[in-house]
Amino acid sequence: MRVKLVFYPHPLIFAANLKNLMIGGRVTFILALIFSSFLACFSNTALAADDKEQKDGEGGKKSSFNATEVIFGHILDAHEFHFLDIIGKDGRKKPVTIPLPVILYSPERGFTAFMSSRFHHGHTPYRGYALLTEHKIHELHKEGVDVKKAGFFPGKIIPLTADGKWDPNVSVYDISLTRNVVQMLLALGLLVWILLSIAKRYRRGEGVHSAPKGVQNLLEPVITFVRDEVAKPNLGRRYEKYLPYLLTVFFFILVNNIFGLIPGSANVTGNIAVTLVLGLISFVVILFSSNKHYWGHIINPPGMPVGVKAILIPVEILSVFIKPFALIIRLFANMVAGHIIIICLISLIFIFAGLNVYAGWGTSVFSIAFTIFIYFIEILVAFIQAFIFTMLTAVFIGQAFEGSHDDVDHHADPVVV
Amino acid sequence: MDLLMVLLSEVPNANAGGAIGAGLAAMGAGIGVGQIGKGAVEAIARQPEALNDIRNNMILTAALVEGAALFAIIVGFLAMVL
Repeated sequence: MRVKLVFYPHPLIFAANLKNLMIGGRVTFILALIFSSFLACFSNTALAADDKEQKDGEGGKKSSFNATEVIFGHILDAHEFHFLDIIGKDGRKKPVTIPLPVILYSPERGFTAFMSSRFHHGHTPYRGYALLTEHKIHELHKEGVDVKKAGFFPGKIIPLTADGKWDPNVSVYDISLTRNVVQMLLALGLLVWILLSIAKRYRRGEGVHSAPKGVQNLLEPVITFVRDEVAKPNLGRRYEKYLPYLLTVFFFILVNNIFGLIPGSANVTGNIAVTLVLGLISFVVILFSSNKHYWGHIINPPGMPVGVKAILIPVEILSVFIKPFALIIRLFANMVAGHIIIICLISLIFIFAGLNVYAGWGTSVFSIAFTIFIYFIEILVAFIQAFIFTMLTAVFIGQAFEGSHDDVDHHADPVVV
Repeated sequence: MDLLMVLLSEVPNANAGGAIGAGLAAMGAGIGVGQIGKGAVEAIARQPEALNDIRNNMILTAALVEGAALFAIIVGFLAMVL
């Protein structure tokens, strides 16, 4: 009787491999036994320690480096321009800042206006208001105030009762000139000055009948770029009507992006409120330039079977809102991410220095080199994001007033972008 | 069993989930922009005189893809903060 083994059983194959490894079967068995006993006896879950409780005292003593505070202090808005902290010989932290006006309106108390230096960086209340810091929020939390429900964050101004406690019955609207507002105004002032001066020169004929001079040379390539590469291809014959808006949005975003890269400045385009308004204005411009053909294509996409239409129509309706929303989030996220990367790289130096001073010095070499590299990328991203916002606005406006297709082979255009 | 415990203990601490999400989004962005670069470079190799057009389209498309990745990073950030 001949038994033909067509398929070799697994253990033999395994033994063959073990022979290649030069380990015998018994040694394998012992190793497996030891490994399993280690797994069984010594595996425990290590839960990460919750370090939300450790709060650093500030102002009075030299504290360990709190990276979260530094990062959020740079990203968020504030009532002063903060450049650096000088740690004096006694270990006290002295911030170097430019204070800005605080303008508050409370329905109960009326208008109040003063300089933010009166708060002394959150140490002293002034005229019944106090500036919140991390330390103070922690204290209020310990006193039993629900800081999450009240929406407290460092930099918020809260009203106080006569004896210095938080007054929950008074509502205060903060309409002060924070650093975002001041930087926006500075950017607008710079743009208005430069652009109006070259407009005056062009009206006089310089740069039209002769070669452009001075600042015209700087801005003419940029403006013709926006006109020829962004406006004309997407908007066709009607580009002149939209060119002022496209140029405004391009220069506003560009100048604020570049200003945001200067150390000590405010993070304007990385503020969701600013990009929200820019996106909303673009949305309004797109809506006002849409025609019946555009809405017809959304409600009734041509050339689709009924089943696909049922899915496509809600998607198309949503896309009307999602396209400006994407504009908002894209600009916001790019700017915030860039700033956070730069701050994190610099903070790495101080985090390592907290462990060991020489580790800090060593890290600083690589960290600064990397930061310079990322800084160049951020300058590029500043230009690119301004261009992308403008270009996409032009594309959406162009799609909105496209008009009926005169071509013979009408192939349907489904969800665009 | 051990891995399950580690994953379950992550629930009260959403920082790790946010960070993992952001990392995956960055991976997606890398792959996406890499494909854009590949297509653009091949197109330039085929037709070098179309360089400017190709470059403009490459930058535009890269910004769109990065926008999608940054959505996910923002959501990861929100998971950490909220």
